[in-house]
Amino acid sequence: MNFRRLFLILTPYTWLLVFFLIPFAIVFKIALSDYAISIPPYTPQLDLSAGWEGVKSFFSDLDFENFTFLASDALYYSAYLSSLKIAAIATLITLLVGYPVAYGMAQSSDEWRPTLMMLVILPFWTSFLIRVYAWIGILSNEGFLNQALMGIGLIDSPLTILNTNVAVYVGIVYTYLPFMVLPIYSALEKLDGSLIEAAEDLGCSRAQAFWLVTIPLSKPGIIAGCFLVFIPALGEFVIPSLLGGSSTLMIGKVLFEEFFSNRDWPVASAVAVVLLLILIIPIILFQRNEQKQREAGL
Amino acid sequence: MNRKFTWFNATSLTLGFTFLYLPMIILVIFSFNESKLVTVWAGFSTKWYGELLQNDAFLNAAWVTLKVAVLSSTLATILGTLAAYVMVRAGRFRGRTLFSGMIYAPLVMPEVITGLAMLLLFIAIGLDRGVTTIVLAHTTFTMCYVSVVVSSRLVTFDQSLEEAALDLGCTPFDAFKSVTLPIIAPAVISGWLLAFTLSLDDLVIASFAAGPSSTTLPMKIFSSVRLGVSPEINALSTLMISIVTVGVITASLISKRSIAKQRADEQAAVRT
Repeated sequence: MNFRRLFLILTPYTWLLVFFLIPFAIVFKIALSDYAISIPPYTPQLDLSAGWEGVKSFFSDLDFENFTFLASDALYYSAYLSSLKIAAIATLITLLVGYPVAYGMAQSSDEWRPTLMMLVILPFWTSFLIRVYAWIGILSNEGFLNQALMGIGLIDSPLTILNTNVAVYVGIVYTYLPFMVLPIYSALEKLDGSLIEAAEDLGCSRAQAFWLVTIPLSKPGIIAGCFLVFIPALGEFVIPSLLGGSSTLMIGKVLFEEFFSNRDWPVASAVAVVLLLILIIPIILFQRNEQKQREAGL
Repeated sequence: MNRKFTWFNATSLTLGFTFLYLPMIILVIFSFNESKLVTVWAGFSTKWYGELLQNDAFLNAAWVTLKVAVLSSTLATILGTLAAYVMVRAGRFRGRTLFSGMIYAPLVMPEVITGLAMLLLFIAIGLDRGVTTIVLAHTTFTMCYVSVVVSSRLVTFDQSLEEAALDLGCTPFDAFKSVTLPIIAPAVISGWLLAFTLSLDDLVIASFAAGPSSTTLPMKIFSSVRLGVSPEINALSTLMISIVTVGVITASLISKRSIAKQRADEQAAVRT
């Protein structure tokens, strides 16, 4: 191995080790520590000046207390559960909204496609925070939606939407829609039109051909899109804290508050570790789907 | 796909894009509202833009954000391009699986976890929190995006060009500089742009990594938005939306032109 190659590999490698892997090791370590009123607010501290004895007592003081605490406190349990529920339902709605859009894009003429593509990507470059913020003015009691609904006489008194779970769903669907549309579109775009013609020639109605041919062949895109929405939605912090109410329990928000408001670092770290463990399953499934796609593409 | 563009397609596209764009259009329109009440129209005015420019807290935050974004995206582009090169070209080496894991993991990691981990590291090594720590944190999570963008370009390009340069007497560095880099340049540039916007936009990781004296624009926006909608924030949002729109459209025009030029060059090369 020559020196230049070593340097090339070591530069990004060291960076990621120091700023990505080691921080996670620290999170795990603090998750096993205890809360203490000190700076930093946890114990035990690794005391290297005490030599080997210090290292030994450090390890013997680590325990799984925080995890038993998480398991025994109903708040965390229901926060994880409701995050999973909100992320799953929001993913499903995003799919139902996104699929027709992707389908329409794939059906449109070649000269329109680049423009439509750009229109889908453009919001992705726009600030996430601003896109969430835009909905506050729409969904609030005196907001545009209520004004419009009362204007056409559909309702008499304003609906409370902001600061409820409904607003959180709207926020997730809105901000993550491009992540759903793009992979489905790229799957539909590759689809061979003669297959649908064949299905129709063989006696399928249009709807049947859609169900039996188009949907199954766009499945990789659907799966990719769902994971791309579900995974980030699960740990979402901005949307529940701006659009959700005090009853909206999402684990990203709980972690943030545990850390900044309660200053309980060990519990916050334990919350993070459990969230990671929950996320590993969908992440592995997503990677498998991508891998299969890549192999099929070659 | 067989193209039968139906009414159903037209309706779903119209509804979909209305849903995507209407909230932002409303936001932009109401940034020119005279009234302090953001949901009631009271006549055209640009006074909120004036007030925004008088607001030192916002201007300072914008300056911090810009500094962080430029520094971190530049660092991230260098490290991310190196990482992509290692992934695609360095062949097998010990710890390659861990390396690729560390490149892909930040892409799917919830921001709260990345932010928490970063903060705990900074405290453990006793680094004072401020602009430096935000730059370090942003560099780490955006370099992974850069490396994904750049490696997808590296995979598709013909390695024999590089080998030819080496055979003709280039040093590996020269070959990289005069053959590889010009070919992957569009991907490197879009990687930089992606890193830049991600850094501009990030609230959660910055909140963890920032010290009391360094507030970024998203942090400032977040804390004032929590108190409710304000016309000043609408004005600020409008400015940010227009900058991004102009940027994205320019970038796509440039890339369209460079693709056209590349095609013309290739055709000319075939003819001669």
